[in-house]
Amino acid sequence: MRKTSLEWVHRLAQKDPRVLFIGSDLGAGVLESMRIEMPDRWYMEGVAEQHIIGMAAGLAMEGFLPYVNTIATFLTRRCYEQLVVDVGLHHAPIRLIGNGGGVVYAPLGPTHQAIEDIAMMRLIPNMTVIAPCDADEMARVMEASLVWPDPIYLRLAKGGDSIVSHPTDGFEIGKAVVYREPGKVLLVSTGIMTQRALEVSTMLEKMGISCGVLHMHTVKPCDDKMLLDLASEVRIVVTLEEHKRDGGLGTIVLETLSELNVAKVPKVVRKGIPDSFPTQYGSQDSLLESWRLDAKSLVVDIEKEILERI
Amino acid sequence: MLDERSKKLRRLIIRMVETGRRGHIGPAASLVEILRVLYDSWLNFQPENPRWRDRDRLILSKGHGCLALYAILADKGFFPIEELDRFCFSESFLGGHPEDKIPGVEASTGALGHGLPIGVGMALAGKIRRQEHRVAVIVGDGEINEGSTWEAAMSAAKHNLINLTVLVDYNKYQSYGPTSVVLELEPLADKWQAFGFGVMEVDGHDHVEILNALNRTPISKAKPSLVICHTTKGKGFPMAENRAEWHHKSRLSDADIASLYACLG
Repeated sequence: MRKTSLEWVHRLAQKDPRVLFIGSDLGAGVLESMRIEMPDRWYMEGVAEQHIIGMAAGLAMEGFLPYVNTIATFLTRRCYEQLVVDVGLHHAPIRLIGNGGGVVYAPLGPTHQAIEDIAMMRLIPNMTVIAPCDADEMARVMEASLVWPDPIYLRLAKGGDSIVSHPTDGFEIGKAVVYREPGKVLLVSTGIMTQRALEVSTMLEKMGISCGVLHMHTVKPCDDKMLLDLASEVRIVVTLEEHKRDGGLGTIVLETLSELNVAKVPKVVRKGIPDSFPTQYGSQDSLLESWRLDAKSLVVDIEKEILERI
Repeated sequence: MLDERSKKLRRLIIRMVETGRRGHIGPAASLVEILRVLYDSWLNFQPENPRWRDRDRLILSKGHGCLALYAILADKGFFPIEELDRFCFSESFLGGHPEDKIPGVEASTGALGHGLPIGVGMALAGKIRRQEHRVAVIVGDGEINEGSTWEAAMSAAKHNLINLTVLVDYNKYQSYGPTSVVLELEPLADKWQAFGFGVMEVDGHDHVEILNALNRTPISKAKPSLVICHTTKGKGFPMAENRAEWHHKSRLSDADIASLYACLG
């Protein structure tokens, strides 16, 4: 996914003279071909994220379209005031590509785990927040990013994630994709939790529980209409995210569904990371399992919710 | 002694606080001559076309000094001078910190340590496009406590931004008290030189000295420039000079306003 996004930065730069790449202190050889081909459009600016965001905003105010890439925690927590003031307040259309959204960097510990990035970024006025589910969808996001008027935070997953998106799904920033039509249950997911949602849906269907999947690649602006339409037909909405339960997709869905005007409001169950710092290392999968965010645990817990509710 | 031009701009500052009954008077008063020289003698701009492509860019990074900026922008015709009489009114565009919706204001500032990174971006944009315009950024002395300023300084030097000039309004006071007490900046010139700037020091209330320094930019070959302007906080208003309590004043009385005007004769 990251490889795809960076290759697309180069491709977009070949197409549009406004496009620039700015990294902090990334791995050796990042976008080497772009650096050689267009040295005045490729920058590696050091471990100085506050400055980088301000500089990118200054370039955007002059008409450039900077794509900024570093580890998600440093791209969000470290420079939050710059994101709010320099980017949000100035409506500066920079693109922020955050490596390792969620617990991709599980072995590196809590300093590197971006588990509140969606919550932070969605609070910034004018900011768009997108978490694609796979590399193919990432390519569609990148293509769309060239003409999107607002700043974008793009949350990357680990890479090598199984491809579940399809060109026939279409892609539009702000438009959710229905992967499976809802039954009793509607799973709403973002990022690579959509793969997990599909797995859970299949397992629940086998148990006789009809279960839809709505993939919200764009967390902000939220596709309110689609969400309200689908949720009005189901008994339970389950949100799945590799993010804290507070402030992210689950919160957005709750906020949106509070507008629902139907006789039987569905129960909303938010599956995500509890309000604490991770205490284990291991792998992305093992950490998710520790929070019962693996497919098997999710099936067990969702079935329990259904039995309690229906 | 302040000349009539400097007094006129300070009267405009009082005109605004007379309306708003509040404002960062001390930090604005130290800035007046720096802004005066920039707008009277150095920056290229078109008040009727504030976003003119080839204009020189000025960012007041110490946004709390905006009373002085509003005074000079009104004086130059970026907006009607009567707008000063609506300072901090809900429907006015002139608030307690400057925003880019004001004609002539490049960037919204007020949170400190933001102007120089943005200015580096603007200067880099000019360099990439081989444009002729210059970028000037005014920073406060207390402001440069912020680490982001020094991140941006390293970057400006790395990119050899000869089109970038930073002016430090070195009035030696920040909100709590003397900069030497709160967080010592000295040796300030050495620091900026070490960060890769060509540096000059001037009397920040002497318009001839300021202009001479600006006309020497780039001060060092292939380097961004920095002018340390030694100033007096609250300059021109003896009751406010070097008095931390005049950093920001609210609830100004009629008597306060009258005594501020009286200082200017």
